[in-house]
Amino acid sequence: MTQTLDQIFVLAKHWLLGFLPAAIQPFCSALLSVVAIILVFATLFAITTWLERKGLGRMQNRLGPNRVGPCGLLQPLADGIKSLTKEDIVPAAADHAVHFMAPVLLVAASFLGYAVLPIGRNMVLTNLNAGVLYFFAVGSLMELAVFMAGWSSRSKYSLLGAMRAIAQMISYEVPLVLASIVVILHTGSLSTVAIVDRQAVYTGIWPHWFVFTPWGLAGFVLFMVAATAESNRSPFDLPEGESEIIAGYYIEYSGFKFALFFLGEYIGMFATSAMAITLFLGGWAAPFSFLTWVPSYLWFFAKLLAIISAFIWVRGTLPRLRMDQLMNLAWQFMLPMTLINLLAAGVWQFMPAGVARWPVCAAIVAVPFLLLARGLKQKRKFQLRTYRFSQ
Amino acid sequence: MTASFTILAAITVAGMAAAMGLRNAVHCVLALTVGFAGIAALYLQLGAQFVGFTQVLVYVGAVAILAVFAIMMTQSRPSATPAPRAPLWAAGGAVAAAVFAVLAWAIHSNALSVQALPPQPEAAPSATVQQIGDALMHRFVLPLEIVGLLLTAALIGAVVIAMGRREEMK
Repeated sequence: MTQTLDQIFVLAKHWLLGFLPAAIQPFCSALLSVVAIILVFATLFAITTWLERKGLGRMQNRLGPNRVGPCGLLQPLADGIKSLTKEDIVPAAADHAVHFMAPVLLVAASFLGYAVLPIGRNMVLTNLNAGVLYFFAVGSLMELAVFMAGWSSRSKYSLLGAMRAIAQMISYEVPLVLASIVVILHTGSLSTVAIVDRQAVYTGIWPHWFVFTPWGLAGFVLFMVAATAESNRSPFDLPEGESEIIAGYYIEYSGFKFALFFLGEYIGMFATSAMAITLFLGGWAAPFSFLTWVPSYLWFFAKLLAIISAFIWVRGTLPRLRMDQLMNLAWQFMLPMTLINLLAAGVWQFMPAGVARWPVCAAIVAVPFLLLARGLKQKRKFQLRTYRFSQ
Repeated sequence: MTASFTILAAITVAGMAAAMGLRNAVHCVLALTVGFAGIAALYLQLGAQFVGFTQVLVYVGAVAILAVFAIMMTQSRPSATPAPRAPLWAAGGAVAAAVFAVLAWAIHSNALSVQALPPQPEAAPSATVQQIGDALMHRFVLPLEIVGLLLTAALIGAVVIAMGRREEMK
Protein backbone atom coordinates (compact mmCIF):
# COMPACT_ATOMS: atom_id res chain seq x y z
CA MET A 1 0.00 0.00 0.00
CA THR A 2 2.71 2.50 1.00
CA GLN A 3 4.71 1.32 -1.99
CA THR A 4 1.80 2.03 -4.33
CA LEU A 5 1.17 5.43 -2.79
CA ASP A 6 4.83 6.30 -3.09
CA GLN A 7 4.99 5.32 -6.75
CA ILE A 8 1.46 6.40 -7.69
CA PHE A 9 2.56 9.02 -10.25
CA VAL A 10 5.05 6.66 -11.86
CA LEU A 11 2.41 3.94 -12.08
CA ALA A 12 -0.14 6.38 -13.47
CA LYS A 13 2.29 7.42 -16.16
CA HIS A 14 2.98 3.82 -17.17
CA TRP A 15 -0.77 3.09 -17.21
CA LEU A 16 -1.39 6.08 -19.49
CA LEU A 17 1.48 5.11 -21.78
CA GLY A 18 0.04 1.62 -22.12
CA PHE A 19 -2.72 2.99 -24.34
CA LEU A 20 -0.25 4.35 -26.89
CA PRO A 21 1.60 2.51 -29.68
CA ALA A 22 5.14 1.55 -28.73
CA ALA A 23 6.72 3.76 -31.39
CA ILE A 24 5.70 7.05 -29.78
CA GLN A 25 5.94 5.88 -26.16
CA PRO A 26 9.38 7.37 -25.33
CA PHE A 27 8.36 10.73 -26.78
CA CYS A 28 5.03 10.77 -24.95
CA SER A 29 6.70 9.67 -21.72
CA ALA A 30 9.04 12.66 -21.84
CA LEU A 31 6.17 14.96 -22.82
CA LEU A 32 4.02 13.80 -19.89
CA SER A 33 6.85 14.37 -17.41
CA VAL A 34 7.61 17.83 -18.82
CA VAL A 35 3.95 18.88 -18.70
CA ALA A 36 3.67 17.61 -15.12
CA ILE A 37 6.80 19.51 -14.02
CA ILE A 38 5.64 22.75 -15.65
CA LEU A 39 2.13 22.49 -14.19
CA VAL A 40 3.26 21.58 -10.67
CA PHE A 41 5.92 24.26 -10.38
CA ALA A 42 3.78 26.96 -12.02
CA THR A 43 1.11 26.16 -9.40
CA LEU A 44 3.76 26.31 -6.69
CA PHE A 45 4.71 29.74 -8.06
CA ALA A 46 1.09 30.91 -7.69
CA ILE A 47 0.93 29.61 -4.12
CA THR A 48 4.29 31.16 -3.26
CA THR A 49 3.26 34.65 -4.42
CA TRP A 50 0.30 34.44 -2.05
CA LEU A 51 2.43 33.00 0.75
CA GLU A 52 5.07 35.67 0.28
CA ARG A 53 2.61 38.56 0.35
CA LYS A 54 0.82 37.12 3.37
CA GLY A 55 4.06 36.37 5.18
CA LEU A 56 5.63 39.76 4.47
CA GLY A 57 2.37 41.42 5.47
CA ARG A 58 2.40 39.57 8.78
CA MET A 59 6.00 40.63 9.44
CA GLN A 60 5.18 44.24 8.63
CA ASN A 61 2.09 44.27 10.81
CA ARG A 62 -0.49 44.39 8.03
CA LEU A 63 -2.93 41.92 6.56
CA GLY A 64 -1.68 41.25 3.06
CA PRO A 65 -4.12 40.26 0.30
CA ASN A 66 -7.53 39.40 1.78
CA ARG A 67 -10.14 40.41 -0.82
CA VAL A 68 -10.22 37.65 -3.45
CA GLY A 69 -11.45 34.31 -2.16
CA PRO A 70 -11.02 32.95 1.38
CA CYS A 71 -7.96 34.54 3.04
CA GLY A 72 -7.09 36.08 -0.34
CA LEU A 73 -6.20 32.63 -1.69
CA LEU A 74 -7.46 33.43 -5.18
CA GLN A 75 -5.25 36.51 -5.40
CA PRO A 76 -2.73 34.80 -7.77
CA LEU A 77 -5.60 34.03 -10.15
CA ALA A 78 -6.69 37.67 -10.13
CA ASP A 79 -3.08 38.76 -10.70
CA GLY A 80 -2.78 36.35 -13.61
CA ILE A 81 -5.96 37.65 -15.30
CA LYS A 82 -4.80 41.21 -14.71
CA SER A 83 -1.38 40.67 -16.29
CA LEU A 84 -2.91 38.77 -19.24
CA THR A 85 -5.37 41.53 -20.09
CA LYS A 86 -2.97 44.44 -19.60
CA GLU A 87 -1.62 46.28 -22.61
CA ASP A 88 1.80 45.12 -23.72
CA ILE A 89 3.93 48.25 -24.12
CA VAL A 90 7.27 48.09 -25.92
CA PRO A 91 9.44 51.23 -25.80
CA ALA A 92 9.79 52.93 -29.18
CA ALA A 93 13.60 52.84 -29.02
CA ALA A 94 13.72 49.21 -27.90
CA ASP A 95 15.30 46.44 -29.91
CA HIS A 96 12.05 44.63 -30.63
CA ALA A 97 13.31 41.13 -31.43
CA VAL A 98 15.69 40.91 -28.44
CA HIS A 99 13.14 42.61 -26.20
CA PHE A 100 10.65 39.88 -27.08
CA MET A 101 13.09 36.98 -26.75
CA ALA A 102 14.49 37.89 -23.33
CA PRO A 103 11.51 36.82 -21.13
CA VAL A 104 10.98 33.70 -23.24
CA LEU A 105 14.63 32.66 -22.83
CA LEU A 106 14.55 33.44 -19.10
CA VAL A 107 11.51 31.23 -18.44
CA ALA A 108 12.79 28.44 -20.70
CA ALA A 109 16.22 28.49 -19.03
CA SER A 110 14.71 28.49 -15.55
CA PHE A 111 12.62 25.40 -16.33
CA LEU A 112 15.51 23.46 -17.92
CA GLY A 113 17.15 22.72 -14.58
CA TYR A 114 14.22 20.57 -13.41
CA ALA A 115 15.22 17.87 -15.89
CA VAL A 116 17.76 16.45 -13.42
CA LEU A 117 16.05 17.13 -10.07
CA PRO A 118 14.73 13.99 -8.37
CA ILE A 119 11.30 14.96 -7.02
CA GLY A 120 10.54 11.53 -5.57
CA ARG A 121 11.74 7.95 -5.64
CA ASN A 122 12.06 7.05 -9.37
CA MET A 123 10.64 10.48 -10.19
CA VAL A 124 13.31 12.21 -12.23
CA LEU A 125 13.03 13.25 -15.87
CA THR A 126 16.52 12.13 -16.90
CA ASN A 127 19.26 10.61 -14.80
CA LEU A 128 22.19 12.33 -16.48
CA ASN A 129 25.70 11.14 -15.87
CA ALA A 130 26.74 14.79 -15.39
CA GLY A 131 23.51 16.00 -13.81
CA VAL A 132 24.95 18.61 -11.43
CA LEU A 133 27.11 20.04 -14.22
CA TYR A 134 24.03 20.23 -16.47
CA PHE A 135 22.14 22.11 -13.77
CA PHE A 136 24.81 24.79 -13.42
CA ALA A 137 25.29 25.01 -17.19
CA VAL A 138 21.63 25.81 -17.89
CA GLY A 139 21.60 28.14 -14.88
CA SER A 140 24.21 30.27 -16.62
CA LEU A 141 21.78 30.80 -19.52
CA MET A 142 19.71 33.04 -17.25
CA GLU A 143 22.49 35.63 -17.14
CA LEU A 144 22.26 36.01 -20.88
CA ALA A 145 18.48 36.48 -20.70
CA VAL A 146 18.91 39.15 -18.03
CA PHE A 147 21.45 40.95 -20.17
CA MET A 148 19.16 40.76 -23.22
CA ALA A 149 16.27 42.25 -21.23
CA GLY A 150 18.36 45.08 -19.82
CA TRP A 151 20.15 45.98 -23.02
CA SER A 152 17.24 45.74 -25.45
CA SER A 153 15.04 48.10 -23.40
CA ARG A 154 17.33 51.08 -24.16
CA SER A 155 16.74 52.53 -20.74
CA LYS A 156 19.50 53.50 -18.34
CA TYR A 157 17.68 51.97 -15.38
CA SER A 158 17.27 48.61 -17.05
CA LEU A 159 20.87 48.68 -18.29
CA LEU A 160 22.12 49.50 -14.80
CA GLY A 161 19.98 46.71 -13.40
CA ALA A 162 21.30 44.24 -15.96
CA MET A 163 24.92 45.21 -15.23
CA ARG A 164 24.35 44.79 -11.51
CA ALA A 165 22.55 41.49 -12.02
CA ILE A 166 25.27 40.01 -14.22
CA ALA A 167 28.09 41.15 -11.94
CA GLN A 168 26.26 39.63 -8.99
CA MET A 169 25.33 36.37 -10.69
CA ILE A 170 28.86 35.79 -12.01
CA SER A 171 30.41 36.56 -8.62
CA TYR A 172 28.10 34.26 -6.70
CA GLU A 173 28.21 31.43 -9.21
CA VAL A 174 31.76 30.68 -8.05
CA PRO A 175 30.86 30.04 -4.36
CA LEU A 176 27.65 28.30 -5.46
CA VAL A 177 29.52 25.73 -7.53
CA LEU A 178 32.42 25.42 -5.07
CA ALA A 179 30.00 24.86 -2.18
CA SER A 180 28.33 21.99 -4.04
CA ILE A 181 31.63 20.37 -5.02
CA VAL A 182 32.09 18.95 -1.50
CA VAL A 183 29.07 16.70 -2.05
CA ILE A 184 30.42 15.52 -5.39
CA LEU A 185 33.77 14.85 -3.73
CA HIS A 186 32.07 12.70 -1.11
CA THR A 187 29.69 10.78 -3.41
CA GLY A 188 32.10 10.48 -6.30
CA SER A 189 29.27 11.09 -8.75
CA LEU A 190 27.74 14.03 -10.60
CA SER A 191 24.41 12.24 -10.96
CA THR A 192 21.68 13.75 -8.79
CA VAL A 193 19.98 10.37 -8.40
CA ALA A 194 23.17 8.79 -7.04
CA ILE A 195 23.65 11.72 -4.64
CA VAL A 196 20.15 11.29 -3.19
CA ASP A 197 20.53 7.51 -2.99
CA ARG A 198 23.66 7.97 -0.89
CA GLN A 199 21.70 10.07 1.61
CA ALA A 200 18.59 7.87 1.80
CA VAL A 201 20.13 5.41 4.28
CA TYR A 202 19.79 5.44 8.05
CA THR A 203 21.87 4.68 11.13
CA GLY A 204 19.35 3.85 13.83
CA ILE A 205 16.67 6.42 13.16
CA TRP A 206 19.04 9.11 11.89
CA PRO A 207 19.43 9.78 8.16
CA HIS A 208 22.74 10.18 6.34
CA TRP A 209 21.98 13.66 5.04
CA PHE A 210 25.10 15.57 4.17
CA VAL A 211 23.90 18.59 6.11
CA PHE A 212 24.56 16.61 9.31
CA THR A 213 28.33 16.56 8.71
CA PRO A 214 30.65 19.52 9.46
CA TRP A 215 31.50 20.13 5.81
CA GLY A 216 27.89 19.53 4.78
CA LEU A 217 26.52 22.09 7.22
CA ALA A 218 29.04 24.74 6.13
CA GLY A 219 28.43 23.83 2.49
CA PHE A 220 24.67 24.10 2.91
CA VAL A 221 24.87 27.54 4.52
CA LEU A 222 27.29 28.82 1.86
CA PHE A 223 25.14 27.30 -0.88
CA MET A 224 21.99 28.95 0.43
CA VAL A 225 23.65 32.38 0.73
CA ALA A 226 24.95 32.08 -2.82
CA ALA A 227 21.55 30.81 -4.00
CA THR A 228 19.85 33.86 -2.48
CA ALA A 229 22.22 36.10 -4.39
CA GLU A 230 21.86 34.04 -7.55
CA SER A 231 18.07 34.39 -7.54
CA ASN A 232 18.36 38.17 -6.90
CA ARG A 233 16.38 38.01 -3.68
CA SER A 234 16.60 40.28 -0.68
CA PRO A 235 19.09 41.10 0.89
CA PHE A 236 20.87 40.71 -2.48
CA ASP A 237 18.15 42.41 -4.54
CA LEU A 238 20.35 45.20 -5.87
CA PRO A 239 19.56 44.38 -9.53
CA GLU A 240 15.94 45.29 -8.95
CA GLY A 241 16.21 47.59 -5.93
CA GLU A 242 12.87 49.38 -6.03
CA SER A 243 14.17 52.49 -4.28
CA GLU A 244 17.22 52.84 -6.55
CA ILE A 245 16.49 51.62 -10.05
CA ILE A 246 12.77 50.89 -9.73
CA ALA A 247 12.68 47.32 -11.06
CA GLY A 248 16.06 46.90 -12.70
CA TYR A 249 16.36 44.99 -15.93
CA TYR A 250 12.65 44.41 -16.46
CA ILE A 251 11.45 47.94 -15.81
CA GLU A 252 10.42 48.45 -19.45
CA TYR A 253 8.26 45.32 -19.55
CA SER A 254 4.55 45.36 -18.96
CA GLY A 255 1.61 43.02 -18.90
CA PHE A 256 2.29 39.35 -19.43
CA LYS A 257 6.00 39.75 -20.17
CA PHE A 258 6.45 41.31 -16.73
CA ALA A 259 4.63 38.32 -15.23
CA LEU A 260 6.98 36.03 -17.18
CA PHE A 261 9.98 37.67 -15.52
CA PHE A 262 8.36 37.13 -12.17
CA LEU A 263 7.67 33.50 -13.05
CA GLY A 264 11.21 32.93 -14.29
CA GLU A 265 12.70 34.39 -11.15
CA TYR A 266 10.61 32.26 -8.81
CA ILE A 267 11.06 29.12 -10.88
CA GLY A 268 14.82 29.72 -10.78
CA MET A 269 14.64 30.15 -7.02
CA PHE A 270 12.72 26.88 -6.62
CA ALA A 271 15.27 25.13 -8.84
CA THR A 272 18.27 26.27 -6.78
CA SER A 273 16.41 25.43 -3.55
CA ALA A 274 15.59 22.00 -4.95
CA MET A 275 19.28 21.57 -5.82
CA ALA A 276 20.20 22.46 -2.23
CA ILE A 277 17.69 19.86 -1.04
CA THR A 278 19.13 17.27 -3.42
CA LEU A 279 22.72 17.98 -2.46
CA PHE A 280 22.48 18.51 1.30
CA LEU A 281 18.99 17.75 2.65
CA GLY A 282 18.59 14.23 1.33
CA GLY A 283 16.29 14.98 -1.61
CA TRP A 284 13.11 12.97 -1.22
CA ALA A 285 14.43 10.96 1.77
CA ALA A 286 12.45 11.02 5.02
CA PRO A 287 14.08 12.74 8.03
CA PHE A 288 13.66 9.65 10.29
CA SER A 289 13.70 5.99 9.39
CA PHE A 290 10.27 5.42 10.98
CA LEU A 291 8.75 8.04 8.66
CA THR A 292 9.67 6.35 5.39
CA TRP A 293 6.05 5.29 4.84
CA VAL A 294 5.17 8.88 3.91
CA PRO A 295 5.38 9.22 0.10
CA SER A 296 8.77 10.52 -1.03
CA TYR A 297 7.45 13.43 -3.13
CA LEU A 298 5.64 14.82 -0.06
CA TRP A 299 8.98 15.06 1.75
CA PHE A 300 10.51 16.82 -1.22
CA PHE A 301 7.78 19.45 -1.36
CA ALA A 302 7.75 19.84 2.44
CA LYS A 303 11.47 20.64 2.34
CA LEU A 304 10.98 22.97 -0.61
CA LEU A 305 8.21 24.88 1.18
CA ALA A 306 10.38 25.11 4.31
CA ILE A 307 13.20 26.67 2.30
CA ILE A 308 10.77 29.05 0.56
CA SER A 309 9.46 30.13 3.97
CA ALA A 310 13.03 30.78 5.08
CA PHE A 311 13.56 32.91 1.95
CA ILE A 312 10.44 34.95 2.79
CA TRP A 313 11.58 35.31 6.39
CA VAL A 314 15.01 36.57 5.31
CA ARG A 315 13.39 39.00 2.88
CA GLY A 316 11.24 40.43 5.63
CA THR A 317 14.19 40.75 8.02
CA LEU A 318 17.37 41.96 6.34
CA PRO A 319 18.04 45.31 4.63
CA ARG A 320 19.58 45.48 1.18
CA LEU A 321 23.38 45.36 0.85
CA ARG A 322 25.49 47.96 -0.93
CA MET A 323 27.37 47.01 -4.10
CA ASP A 324 30.82 46.97 -2.45
CA GLN A 325 29.49 44.97 0.51
CA LEU A 326 28.00 42.48 -1.94
CA MET A 327 31.27 41.99 -3.80
CA ASN A 328 33.36 41.88 -0.62
CA LEU A 329 31.13 39.18 0.81
CA ALA A 330 31.49 37.07 -2.33
CA TRP A 331 35.23 37.37 -2.92
CA GLN A 332 36.71 37.98 0.53
CA PHE A 333 34.50 35.75 2.63
CA MET A 334 32.48 33.21 0.63
CA LEU A 335 35.26 32.16 -1.75
CA PRO A 336 37.89 31.43 0.96
CA MET A 337 35.28 29.68 3.09
CA THR A 338 34.21 27.38 0.24
CA LEU A 339 37.86 26.47 -0.42
CA ILE A 340 38.45 25.74 3.28
CA ASN A 341 35.27 23.68 3.29
CA LEU A 342 36.65 21.71 0.36
CA LEU A 343 39.75 20.98 2.46
CA ALA A 344 37.52 19.83 5.34
CA ALA A 345 35.62 17.50 3.01
CA GLY A 346 38.92 16.09 1.74
CA VAL A 347 40.20 15.45 5.29
CA TRP A 348 36.86 13.78 6.14
CA GLN A 349 37.28 11.55 3.12
CA PHE A 350 40.75 10.35 4.04
CA MET A 351 40.39 10.02 7.82
CA PRO A 352 39.21 6.64 9.12
CA ALA A 353 35.49 6.52 9.83
CA GLY A 354 34.80 7.16 13.48
CA VAL A 355 34.32 9.87 16.07
CA ALA A 356 37.79 11.42 15.57
CA ARG A 357 37.05 13.00 12.20
CA TRP A 358 34.08 14.98 13.53
CA PRO A 359 36.00 17.43 15.78
CA VAL A 360 38.88 17.67 13.30
CA CYS A 361 36.65 18.63 10.36
CA ALA A 362 34.50 20.91 12.52
CA ALA A 363 37.67 22.72 13.64
CA ILE A 364 38.94 23.01 10.07
CA VAL A 365 35.71 24.83 9.15
CA ALA A 366 35.00 26.77 12.34
CA VAL A 367 38.44 28.21 13.21
CA PRO A 368 39.06 29.87 9.80
CA PHE A 369 35.46 31.08 9.86
CA LEU A 370 35.99 32.90 13.16
CA LEU A 371 39.43 34.22 12.16
CA LEU A 372 38.22 35.39 8.75
CA ALA A 373 35.15 37.09 10.17
CA ARG A 374 37.24 38.83 12.84
CA GLY A 375 39.97 39.80 10.38
CA LEU A 376 37.52 41.31 7.92
CA LYS A 377 35.84 43.22 10.71
CA GLN A 378 39.12 44.71 11.96
CA LYS A 379 40.29 45.66 8.50
CA ARG A 380 37.33 47.93 8.01
CA LYS A 381 38.33 51.52 8.66
CA PHE A 382 35.69 54.19 8.75
CA GLN A 383 36.68 57.02 6.49
CA LEU A 384 35.29 59.43 3.95
CA ARG A 385 33.93 57.43 1.05
CA THR A 386 35.15 58.45 -2.37
CA TYR A 387 32.99 57.64 -5.36
CA ARG A 388 34.93 57.01 -8.51
CA PHE A 389 32.43 58.25 -11.06
CA SER A 390 30.76 61.13 -9.25
CA GLN A 391 33.58 63.55 -8.51
CA MET B 1 24.14 11.92 -41.41
CA THR B 2 21.01 11.85 -39.29
CA ALA B 3 18.19 14.38 -39.26
CA SER B 4 19.13 15.72 -35.82
CA PHE B 5 22.72 16.28 -36.96
CA THR B 6 21.48 18.17 -40.02
CA ILE B 7 19.22 20.41 -37.92
CA LEU B 8 21.91 21.12 -35.31
CA ALA B 9 24.54 21.78 -37.97
CA ALA B 10 22.16 24.14 -39.75
CA ILE B 11 21.49 26.03 -36.50
CA THR B 12 25.22 26.26 -35.74
CA VAL B 13 26.17 27.45 -39.22
CA ALA B 14 23.27 29.92 -39.33
CA GLY B 15 24.23 31.35 -35.93
CA MET B 16 27.88 31.72 -36.89
CA ALA B 17 26.99 33.25 -40.26
CA ALA B 18 24.66 35.73 -38.56
CA ALA B 19 27.43 36.56 -36.08
CA MET B 20 29.59 37.64 -39.01
CA GLY B 21 26.85 39.27 -41.06
CA LEU B 22 24.85 41.33 -38.58
CA ARG B 23 25.62 45.06 -38.21
CA ASN B 24 24.95 45.57 -34.51
CA ALA B 25 27.80 44.26 -32.35
CA VAL B 26 25.52 43.02 -29.55
CA HIS B 27 23.34 41.17 -32.05
CA CYS B 28 26.51 39.54 -33.36
CA VAL B 29 27.38 38.25 -29.88
CA LEU B 30 23.86 36.90 -29.39
CA ALA B 31 24.03 35.12 -32.75
CA LEU B 32 27.45 33.76 -31.80
CA THR B 33 25.87 32.36 -28.63
CA VAL B 34 23.36 30.47 -30.75
CA GLY B 35 26.29 29.01 -32.65
CA PHE B 36 28.04 27.99 -29.41
CA ALA B 37 24.85 26.35 -28.17
CA GLY B 38 24.56 24.46 -31.45
CA ILE B 39 28.11 23.14 -31.06
CA ALA B 40 27.28 22.08 -27.49
CA ALA B 41 24.23 20.20 -28.80
CA LEU B 42 26.43 18.49 -31.38
CA TYR B 43 28.78 17.32 -28.60
CA LEU B 44 25.78 15.98 -26.68
CA GLN B 45 24.59 14.17 -29.77
CA LEU B 46 27.97 12.43 -29.93
CA GLY B 47 27.49 11.26 -26.32
CA ALA B 48 30.12 13.61 -24.87
CA GLN B 49 28.06 14.94 -21.97
CA PHE B 50 30.94 16.52 -20.09
CA VAL B 51 32.28 18.42 -23.10
CA GLY B 52 28.78 19.52 -24.11
CA PHE B 53 27.85 20.92 -20.71
CA THR B 54 31.26 22.52 -20.29
CA GLN B 55 30.78 24.16 -23.67
CA VAL B 56 27.49 25.68 -22.45
CA LEU B 57 28.97 26.67 -19.09
CA VAL B 58 32.11 28.27 -20.50
CA TYR B 59 31.07 29.65 -23.89
CA VAL B 60 27.39 30.54 -23.40
CA GLY B 61 27.66 31.39 -19.71
CA ALA B 62 31.03 33.12 -19.57
CA VAL B 63 32.54 34.00 -22.95
CA ALA B 64 29.34 35.49 -24.35
CA ILE B 65 28.79 37.55 -21.18
CA LEU B 66 32.42 38.69 -21.29
CA ALA B 67 32.00 39.70 -24.94
CA VAL B 68 28.88 41.76 -24.30
CA PHE B 69 30.56 43.38 -21.31
CA ALA B 70 33.56 44.28 -23.47
CA ILE B 71 31.26 45.78 -26.12
CA MET B 72 29.29 47.75 -23.54
CA MET B 73 32.45 49.10 -21.90
CA THR B 74 34.07 50.21 -25.15
CA GLN B 75 31.02 51.51 -27.01
CA SER B 76 29.19 54.44 -25.50
CA ARG B 77 26.20 53.94 -27.79
CA PRO B 78 25.28 51.16 -30.22
CA SER B 79 26.49 52.29 -33.61
CA ALA B 80 26.00 50.49 -36.90
CA THR B 81 29.36 49.75 -38.45
CA PRO B 82 29.51 50.31 -42.22
CA ALA B 83 29.49 47.30 -44.49
CA PRO B 84 32.97 45.97 -45.28
CA ARG B 85 34.23 46.74 -48.78
CA ALA B 86 34.37 44.19 -51.55
CA PRO B 87 38.13 43.40 -51.40
CA LEU B 88 37.77 42.60 -47.70
CA TRP B 89 34.95 40.20 -48.51
CA ALA B 90 37.12 38.49 -51.11
CA ALA B 91 40.13 38.26 -48.78
CA GLY B 92 38.00 36.95 -45.94
CA GLY B 93 36.41 34.36 -48.18
CA ALA B 94 39.81 33.23 -49.42
CA VAL B 95 41.16 32.82 -45.86
CA ALA B 96 38.04 30.92 -44.81
CA ALA B 97 38.29 28.62 -47.81
CA ALA B 98 41.98 27.98 -47.10
CA VAL B 99 41.32 27.13 -43.43
CA PHE B 100 38.46 24.84 -44.42
CA ALA B 101 40.64 23.11 -47.00
CA VAL B 102 43.45 22.50 -44.50
CA LEU B 103 41.03 21.15 -41.87
CA ALA B 104 39.23 18.93 -44.37
CA TRP B 105 42.56 17.61 -45.66
CA ALA B 106 43.78 16.91 -42.11
CA ILE B 107 40.64 15.01 -41.19
CA HIS B 108 40.51 13.15 -44.46
CA SER B 109 44.17 12.14 -44.53
CA ASN B 110 44.07 10.86 -40.98
CA ALA B 111 43.36 7.30 -41.99
CA LEU B 112 43.43 6.16 -38.39
CA SER B 113 40.35 8.15 -37.46
CA VAL B 114 38.49 6.94 -40.53
CA GLN B 115 39.27 3.30 -39.79
CA ALA B 116 38.62 3.63 -36.09
CA LEU B 117 35.13 4.89 -36.81
CA PRO B 118 32.70 2.13 -35.87
CA PRO B 119 29.98 1.18 -38.35
CA GLN B 120 27.18 2.33 -36.03
CA PRO B 121 27.45 5.77 -34.47
CA GLU B 122 25.63 4.37 -31.40
CA ALA B 123 28.64 2.20 -30.64
CA ALA B 124 30.92 5.22 -30.23
CA PRO B 125 32.62 5.15 -26.82
CA SER B 126 31.09 7.74 -24.51
CA ALA B 127 33.49 8.80 -21.81
CA THR B 128 31.84 9.31 -18.45
CA VAL B 129 32.79 12.23 -16.25
CA GLN B 130 34.49 9.80 -13.90
CA GLN B 131 36.79 8.54 -16.65
CA ILE B 132 37.69 12.10 -17.64
CA GLY B 133 38.38 12.97 -14.00
CA ASP B 134 40.57 9.88 -13.55
CA ALA B 135 42.53 10.71 -16.68
CA LEU B 136 43.03 14.32 -15.58
CA MET B 137 44.12 13.34 -12.08
CA HIS B 138 46.40 10.43 -12.99
CA ARG B 139 47.83 10.48 -16.47
CA PHE B 140 47.51 14.17 -17.30
CA VAL B 141 48.04 15.62 -13.84
CA LEU B 142 51.22 17.52 -14.80
CA PRO B 143 49.70 19.32 -17.82
CA LEU B 144 46.65 20.12 -15.66
CA GLU B 145 48.82 21.68 -12.96
CA ILE B 146 50.82 23.67 -15.51
CA VAL B 147 47.62 25.00 -17.10
CA GLY B 148 46.32 25.88 -13.65
CA LEU B 149 49.52 27.80 -12.86
CA LEU B 150 49.33 29.61 -16.20
CA LEU B 151 45.71 30.61 -15.62
CA THR B 152 46.49 31.81 -12.10
CA ALA B 153 49.33 33.93 -13.47
CA ALA B 154 46.99 35.38 -16.10
CA LEU B 155 44.36 36.11 -13.45
CA ILE B 156 46.84 37.88 -11.16
CA GLY B 157 48.25 39.79 -14.13
CA ALA B 158 44.77 41.01 -15.10
CA VAL B 159 44.09 42.15 -11.53
CA VAL B 160 47.45 43.95 -11.35
CA ILE B 161 46.77 45.80 -14.61
CA ALA B 162 43.28 46.80 -13.43
CA MET B 163 44.60 47.98 -10.04
CA GLY B 164 47.32 50.11 -11.62
CA ARG B 165 44.84 51.93 -13.78
CA ARG B 166 42.65 52.64 -10.81
CA GLU B 167 45.45 54.37 -8.94
CA GLU B 168 46.24 56.54 -11.95
CA MET B 169 42.66 57.76 -11.95
CA LYS B 170 42.91 58.87 -8.35
